[in-house]
Amino acid sequence: MSTKPAVTGFYEMPPTRDPRGLTPLRITADVANRAIADAGLEKGQIDGLLTGQTMGDGFTMLWPTVVVDYLGLDVRYMNTVENGGGSSTGMLWRACAAIEAGMCDHVLCVVGDVWDSKTLSFNPPPFPKVAREFDEPYGLVGATPGYAMLTRRHMHEFGTKPEQLAKIAVDQRKNAMANPTALYGNKAIEIEDVLNSRVICDPVHLLEVVSPCTGGGAFVVSRGDYAERGPNPPVRLLGAAEAGGNRSIIYATHAPKYTTSMVKRAADELFKKTGLSRSDMDFAQIYDCYTVVVLMTIEDAGFCVKGQSGAFAEDHDLTFAGDFPLNTHGGQLSFGQPGLGGGMTQVMEAIRQLMGRGEARQVKNATKGYVANGGIVGQHCGLILAN
Amino acid sequence: MVDFSKPLPNPTPDSQPYWDSLKAHRMSLQKCTACSSFIHYPRSRCPECGADAFEWVPVSGRGTVYTYTIARMPTHPAFGKDAPYTIAIVELEEGVRVTSNVIDCAPEAVKVGMPVEVVYEDVNDEITLAKFKPAA
Repeated sequence: MSTKPAVTGFYEMPPTRDPRGLTPLRITADVANRAIADAGLEKGQIDGLLTGQTMGDGFTMLWPTVVVDYLGLDVRYMNTVENGGGSSTGMLWRACAAIEAGMCDHVLCVVGDVWDSKTLSFNPPPFPKVAREFDEPYGLVGATPGYAMLTRRHMHEFGTKPEQLAKIAVDQRKNAMANPTALYGNKAIEIEDVLNSRVICDPVHLLEVVSPCTGGGAFVVSRGDYAERGPNPPVRLLGAAEAGGNRSIIYATHAPKYTTSMVKRAADELFKKTGLSRSDMDFAQIYDCYTVVVLMTIEDAGFCVKGQSGAFAEDHDLTFAGDFPLNTHGGQLSFGQPGLGGGMTQVMEAIRQLMGRGEARQVKNATKGYVANGGIVGQHCGLILAN
Repeated sequence: MVDFSKPLPNPTPDSQPYWDSLKAHRMSLQKCTACSSFIHYPRSRCPECGADAFEWVPVSGRGTVYTYTIARMPTHPAFGKDAPYTIAIVELEEGVRVTSNVIDCAPEAVKVGMPVEVVYEDVNDEITLAKFKPAA
């Protein structure tokens, strides 16, 4: 019998464009209590907390303290995991590590965030001062121009085509149409629709840009002995690998290997230490703030030859029923990006698939999955999960 | 109506010599005297070897466009009237890369690998930005 910690329950709020009446704490409390119940636990049994930062509360100090207080928890372990898009996969392995270190028995991992386009679009929490000093005076503000420059260079070095980038958005939309909670699941899109959508920062089109929204998710990681008798099939962590370090501020301006992402080093380590092959993965849930991030993650994680991810996207059916099921919830591009909890959507979907709760979009016989979180130019955390 | 002004650098003790060099229209870069690495952005310790001794070396201001984007939509409200404009990463001859803009050039004419040279844009009495134009 496995004694390794495992995910025992989860809950994800359907994302919404309407932030009225919602705060990060309200969402956090709601998804947390539902995830605890899903794991078959009482709130008093939760003795660890990992949480993410929020834009909706303004990136404030002492956030874990506030969350623990708001929820009425008494914990033996708590922290914020703030690695940008790499935060939620980062929570999962940190929860397992804390349990294995004997710090606690049941760790609640939770993110809830509110995006109010009327205020936050023009007044987001500030980036570090070095970014404001060296990037922002030239208009490199926010993520889109940074990823547009990465897209351009990838096209230049590898011949990646706009149609190949667009295929990511198209197939993920097909997945969203099988997910009733996805924000953009109502209307199919074709490659021409992506390429005809408004250019935001050339060569990136509107339908290749993630759409911020309000939402959140939570999961519980429990000691292995409890996981074996809990109400859900335990979802086990087979391995995790994290990477940072690009000699840059945020958008890898100075990275020696600009078009090889943080994923490369972490994924090589991840597959080596788990002894698993890329072909063992039944699905991949890959952080997708922009289409180029998905392509680069596919190639840097070793699912194809470096530089060939464009052709890979063209040659494979990336839907939940296809030969490379990718972002089966629709990805953040079509599901929505709940503030700083975007990566949580990929973790939620991986857990859901491995618990067999994927409903209309269930990947048949899914036993192992790859989860990649992070905007890849500055930080990344990848996991292999199994049931 | 909120008044949006463009973000401006707020120099630190580490970076002041860089901004001073731009103000003098004579770009200098930080160089580690221990391992000879050029460093940008400027820091208190060399990110390559950890040393804390530097010199400031005047450079040509020539380089090539490493990559770029044409902002069709303003990336910040203060840049609203500028769109479309070109944001670029320029690789200087010394090997370091800087975030900047390519100016004096139609956005559609910018290419990866295009030779460029620095243009000093005096924003106010304190701050000069290093922008780039196609090399003569």
